[in-house]
Amino acid sequence: MSHGLVQLAYIIATGLFVFALHWMNAPATARNGVYAGVAGMALAIAATWAEPEVIHHGWIVLALLAGVAVGVPLSMVPLTAVPQRTALSHAFGGLAAGLVGTAKYYLWLGEGPENLTAFRMIAIIVEIILGFLTFTGSLLAAGKLQEVKWIPQRPVTYPLQNVTNLGLFGVAAVAGVALVLHPTAAWAPSVFPVIIGMSLLFGVLLIIPIGGADMPTVIAILNAYAGLSAVAMGFVLDNKLLITAGALDGSSGLILAVIMCKAMNRSFANVLFGAFGQVQPAKALGEGKEYKAESIEGAAQVLEQANLVVIVPGYGMAVAQAQHKVRELYDQLKKRGITVKFAIHPVAGRMPGHMNVLLAEADIPYTDLVEMDEINPDMPQVDVALVVGANDVVNPAARTEKTSPIYGMPIIDADRARTVFAIKRSKNPGFAGIDNELYFSDKTWMLFGDAKNVIGELVKQLSGGSGMH
Amino acid sequence: MTPTEAAAAVPAADIWGQLFVFVLATFIGLGVIRRVSRLLHTPLMSITNAISAIAVVGSIIVTGADYPPEIRLLGGIALFASMTNIVSGFLITDRMLKMFKTDTKPGAGGRP
Repeated sequence: MSHGLVQLAYIIATGLFVFALHWMNAPATARNGVYAGVAGMALAIAATWAEPEVIHHGWIVLALLAGVAVGVPLSMVPLTAVPQRTALSHAFGGLAAGLVGTAKYYLWLGEGPENLTAFRMIAIIVEIILGFLTFTGSLLAAGKLQEVKWIPQRPVTYPLQNVTNLGLFGVAAVAGVALVLHPTAAWAPSVFPVIIGMSLLFGVLLIIPIGGADMPTVIAILNAYAGLSAVAMGFVLDNKLLITAGALDGSSGLILAVIMCKAMNRSFANVLFGAFGQVQPAKALGEGKEYKAESIEGAAQVLEQANLVVIVPGYGMAVAQAQHKVRELYDQLKKRGITVKFAIHPVAGRMPGHMNVLLAEADIPYTDLVEMDEINPDMPQVDVALVVGANDVVNPAARTEKTSPIYGMPIIDADRARTVFAIKRSKNPGFAGIDNELYFSDKTWMLFGDAKNVIGELVKQLSGGSGMH
Repeated sequence: MTPTEAAAAVPAADIWGQLFVFVLATFIGLGVIRRVSRLLHTPLMSITNAISAIAVVGSIIVTGADYPPEIRLLGGIALFASMTNIVSGFLITDRMLKMFKTDTKPGAGGRP
């Protein structure tokens, strides 16, 4: 295929990718986006494969088939495991970028050192640093999300952590600058692997201090890194399709990360270097206060008499796989003419939009999924707020308690509802390790137990009650 | 373009053209992504995953060109990783998007 035709195919592919993202602006058109994306990708693969310089086909076929063999099962994971799968795919993206950068460097070093211009070398160094740190960082994030046993869930911190990380990054940067200045020096081929090693290590060290509550932001940042490493690959290979598609991915990760940070009232730097998840020892709010527990029967009666019920889901709902039981409860209440809405906090769950997908899976119409900013003004009119496995996102300390680590974070105003029921597995604090004064409020009643069981019992109570009428 | 001119053009890649494309694509990306429904942030992330697996393009060249085998092997692994992302990314995005419905059909799921 001629150069011109390949470029034409790349331009069409770029257009299709832009449309793919554009159609994601509404659920009604979003599936067209997938078709556009698939078409763009198929075109890009076909055009590239037809390039005259591609002469060996065996390994390409093998690698593509292996990719399909692994990709199909990875797409069938349960939706509660989507954050892990996403992190894993960032890891694959980073790995691909890092490997291509490495291959190109050693190729040109042997067969065309004149290709190693300063600009290309900068691009290669950026590509391998971003690629390999995204690889190990995302692998570790996926491991944390999957709760792999030997990976600590709680943030790991140690003295001089940030100094160590920055020092390590500094060494990699200095080695990178040296390579840019002398790409073909006798020592260059042995310094290159040092940068790779540093990047791999840096990725691990970057994610180790991050706790579960920060995962949505971190996944978004890793998403941006994976995109930027593809951009760098585009600079290395002088390929504008890589640059555009990588830039689209990079800006998506950036926007999501900004949204997540705003939803936690924190900065990027604070998420990455702040080690959020440490339990604050100074605060012992629970002392002298008692939880008020409510029985299933009592809660069912209150729910039956409500006009407007708002359910606030959190990561606990995903852990307990309670979304289908929540749907049954939704049906029971709807049957009685009660309005039921879901209040979705941007950082509820372990990745952006996590709760929406779980509730959509349980067949809850997306028109009943309401964003935090839209539902908060209505909260004082809400008869019952039912908190299912959410904690920090409904903690009023974010409004009032200046010493709290979540101070300033926008929350769902569950405490302004007339009655609050909170389902909680145990009396332990949430993932951010902070006590929640909502649970001690006068109008809050606790339903202790596994979310799935508690809601199942509520449904049983409600359906039994209606059966007798 | 004569072969010598073409050869001379290789090291002097069009740096400014590339940066230009990068900046414009970023602006388009920011503009388009900002309008994406918040409901769909998880599918958005999985579709951008699949799209950024466009690294497949670079991997195909490195795997299939007349390069030393160890270089091509690195390309092959990169190609496998990219293809995995393409396949799983698009499939899971579609799977999730299928679940977003406005209204509940009677008897459709959710009930024991």
